[in-house]
Amino acid sequence: MTVAGLIFANIHDACLPELTARRTMASVPFGCRYRLIDFPLSNMVNSGISKVGVIAHDNYQSLMDHIGTGKDWDLARRSGGIKILPPFITSYTSTTAQRLYTTRLEALIGVTNFISKSTEDCIVLSDCDTICNINLSDVIAQHERTGADITIVTREFEPSEKFRPEDVYSVSSDSNNVITDISAYNANEYRSSEISTNIMVINRIYLLGLVNDAASRGYIDFYRDVLSKILQRGTVYAYHYKGFFLKITSLESYFASSMKLLGEDARTGLTSVEGRPIHTKVRNSAPTLYKEGSKVANSYIADGCEIEGVVENSIIFRGVKVGKGAVVRNSILLQDTFVGDNVQLNCVVADKDVVIKDGRNLSGHTTMPFFVSKGTIV
Amino acid sequence: MFRKKECVAMLLAGGQGSRLYALTEKTAKPAVSFGGKYRIIDFPLSNCINSGIDTVGVLTQYQPLVLNDYIGNGLPWDLDRTYGGVKILPPYQGKKGADWYSGTANAIYQNLEFIDRYDPEYVIILSGDHIYKMDYSKMIDFHKKMKSDCTIAVIDVPIEEASRFGILSVNEDGQIYKFSEKPKEPDSTKASMGIYVFSKKKLFDYLIADEKDEKSSNDFGKNIIPAMLAAKERMFAYPFSGYWKDVGTISSLWEANMDLLGSDPALVLNDESWRIFSRHEPNAPQYIGADAVIENSSVTAGCDIYGTVKNSVLGSGVKVMKGAVVCDSVIFDNCVIEEGAQVNYTILDSNVRIGKNATVGVDKNTARGVTVIGSGIAIADNSCIADDQMISEVKEG
Repeated sequence: MTVAGLIFANIHDACLPELTARRTMASVPFGCRYRLIDFPLSNMVNSGISKVGVIAHDNYQSLMDHIGTGKDWDLARRSGGIKILPPFITSYTSTTAQRLYTTRLEALIGVTNFISKSTEDCIVLSDCDTICNINLSDVIAQHERTGADITIVTREFEPSEKFRPEDVYSVSSDSNNVITDISAYNANEYRSSEISTNIMVINRIYLLGLVNDAASRGYIDFYRDVLSKILQRGTVYAYHYKGFFLKITSLESYFASSMKLLGEDARTGLTSVEGRPIHTKVRNSAPTLYKEGSKVANSYIADGCEIEGVVENSIIFRGVKVGKGAVVRNSILLQDTFVGDNVQLNCVVADKDVVIKDGRNLSGHTTMPFFVSKGTIV
Repeated sequence: MFRKKECVAMLLAGGQGSRLYALTEKTAKPAVSFGGKYRIIDFPLSNCINSGIDTVGVLTQYQPLVLNDYIGNGLPWDLDRTYGGVKILPPYQGKKGADWYSGTANAIYQNLEFIDRYDPEYVIILSGDHIYKMDYSKMIDFHKKMKSDCTIAVIDVPIEEASRFGILSVNEDGQIYKFSEKPKEPDSTKASMGIYVFSKKKLFDYLIADEKDEKSSNDFGKNIIPAMLAAKERMFAYPFSGYWKDVGTISSLWEANMDLLGSDPALVLNDESWRIFSRHEPNAPQYIGADAVIENSSVTAGCDIYGTVKNSVLGSGVKVMKGAVVCDSVIFDNCVIEEGAQVNYTILDSNVRIGKNATVGVDKNTARGVTVIGSGIAIADNSCIADDQMISEVKEG
C-alpha cells in the first residue's frame, strides 16, 4: 500500500496565541531543538512516506524557513518530497472553496488538486499538536488488514487534560475497533475514554469523493458533517495508540508538556526511539560548553549553548547563553535567549532572541508561566 | 556540466595518519573525530565554502570507506552542486596501468584532468590534518596582488619548535628565498601550514616535469617547492595568525580538543561568522540528570549525563551513567561509561563501552601519556587499563 501525507500547519493556532502570534502551530519551537511539525513529519518519514503536503493558512514564513527544501527530512525529491500548500484564493470569485479556509474540511477542499494528482493508495492526515513517536506503518497495516475506508488513531486522555471543545472529538468503538460514535468533547458529558488524535489514514479515492461531495453540499466541519454521517457504513476504524503522547492546548499546557520531556518515558518513547529519530532543521551549532562554575541538574539542553550559571528542571534551546551567577529554574528558554549575570528565572517561557539583562528577577507559576515575547529586552 | 571557476581546491586526504595508531586503524585521518561533533576534514571543507570556494576535489587512498560515507554528496557543507561541488578522487586505473598515489604531488598530477575541466586561474592545495579557521579568499587576493606563482601560508612558531616544521625564509616583501624541511638550525620562525595557492599554469608545468623525474619522490615539500625556488619563480609567504594545530599525534589531538575548553578558549567553534559544518545524526537534545556534575566541558546532542564530567569533550550520543567519572578525556560518539567507571586522561574512539567500576587511565598529573581505546571495544566490568596504553583489539580470556 503506497501512502502520501498531509499535515495541517495552522489548525490549532488559536490554542497558543502567545507563541503563534508570529508563526504557525507547525513552527512552534518545542523540546530544545524541534518545531512541532518535526513530530508528524518524522513519523511519516520514518514509516517510509516520501511525499508530504503541508497545508498552510497564514503566518507561514517561519514554517517555510524551517522546512527549506525538505532535505533535513530527506524530502528534497524529484518525485514526491515535501510541498507547502498555501491557501488557494483567487480575487474574482467568492465561492466557499475559494475563500481563506476556516476549518479542516475547507482546508481539504482547498487541496483537492494535491489529493487528485497524487497516485498513492491512501493518505495519512495529521495535525501539528501530535507530539508522539508513532509507528505509522502499524496503523497502515491495520488499515489494510481491516479493509477500512478510514482509520482514526485514538488515545485515552488523562483526566487532568483540559481541552477546548471545538478542538477535540470523543470516539467510541466496538470490540472490532469499528467506530460507533464521534462527538465533540464535552467535559460535562462523559461519552468515551478515548479521543481522536486527528491522525488518520484514508483511502485517497474515497477521500476525494468525500471532499468533492462536501464541497458541493457546502459542508463545513469534517467530523460533524462528514465523518459522523458515514459511521453507519461500518468502515471507519479506530487504531488505539498507547504510547507517549502530548497535546498542547494552551500556554500552561505548553509549559507542562515541555516539563514532561524531563521524564524517562519521554526520552525512551519520544525523542530517543531506536530507528525512529525525530528529524529537524540542522543548524550546525557547536557543542554546548559548560563553563567553570556551571551547575546543571535535570535539564534538557540543546547544542550551541554556553552555560556559566545554574540551570535546574529546564528546557534550554539552541544558542542560549546563561551568565555567571544566574539561576534558571523550571523555565523554557527558546533559541538564542541571552540570560545575563546574576539573573533569577523561575517558571519563565522566553520566546526567541529574548535578552534578560544582568540582575533581573522574573518569576511565574507552573499554572501561569511568565511569558516573554520574541525579541524582548528585559 | 562545467563552469569556469576562479579557484579549485584539492584536498589531500589519503594519508594514513599512522601516529594516531588505534584511531586510524579503520579510518583515514581526515575522518577522525574532533571537538565532539566534527571530523578533522570539516575544517578545510568549511573553510572552503566560507571562503567562496565551491569546487573541491578530495584525494583519498587509505581506508576511504568512512570518509567517503561521511562526505557523501557534500550536502552538509553546501557542496552538493550542479556546477562544481565536492568530488571524491580515488586512485584509478588508466589505459597504461594503475598507480597508487605515490606522493602529494603525484596525487594532484593524476587528477590534472579534473582541475582542467573547471579551467581555473588558481588551485589551492589543502591537507586534512589541521584544525584551523582560515579565509582562503584573502590568501588568494594576496597571491593576485603579489603576482605570485606560488603562495604558501605560514604561521609564526616558537623558535625552539621550528625544527619540527617546514621553515620558510622570506625577505621584506614576503618573497620566499629559502625552504628547509625540518631544519636542525632554523633561521626563521615562519612555518609552512601545508596550504599552497598555485597559478594553474605553473602548477601544471612543475607537476608534469616532476613526474618525468624518476628520482623524485613526488612530494610538494620535498620536490615541487624546491624546484620552483631553484628556478627563481615568484613565491610568497602569506602570513596567517590565529588558531592552527596539526593533530597528527595522539597528544596533539588531545591538546587541540582541550583548546575548546576554559574560560577563554583558544579555539571558539560557537562562531556564527565562521561556522564549521558537519554531517549530523538526528540526535535528541542532551539530558543532564539530577545528580550530574559537569564542569568545564563540551557536550554534544544525544548525550545522557548522570555522572560526573570534568575538563572533557564528549561526542554525540555518549552515556555517562550514575557514579561514573570522566576527567581530562576526549570521548567520541556513542560511547557508554557504565556505573562507577572512571575514565582519566583518555581518548575513547566511537562505540566504546567501559564496564561497571572499570578504571581507564590515571590522573593527568601523574600519567605518562594519554590512554587510547579503539573503536567498538568493550572494557570488562571491574577491569583496569593503565596510563599511556593503546588498546585496539579485545584480548580473549
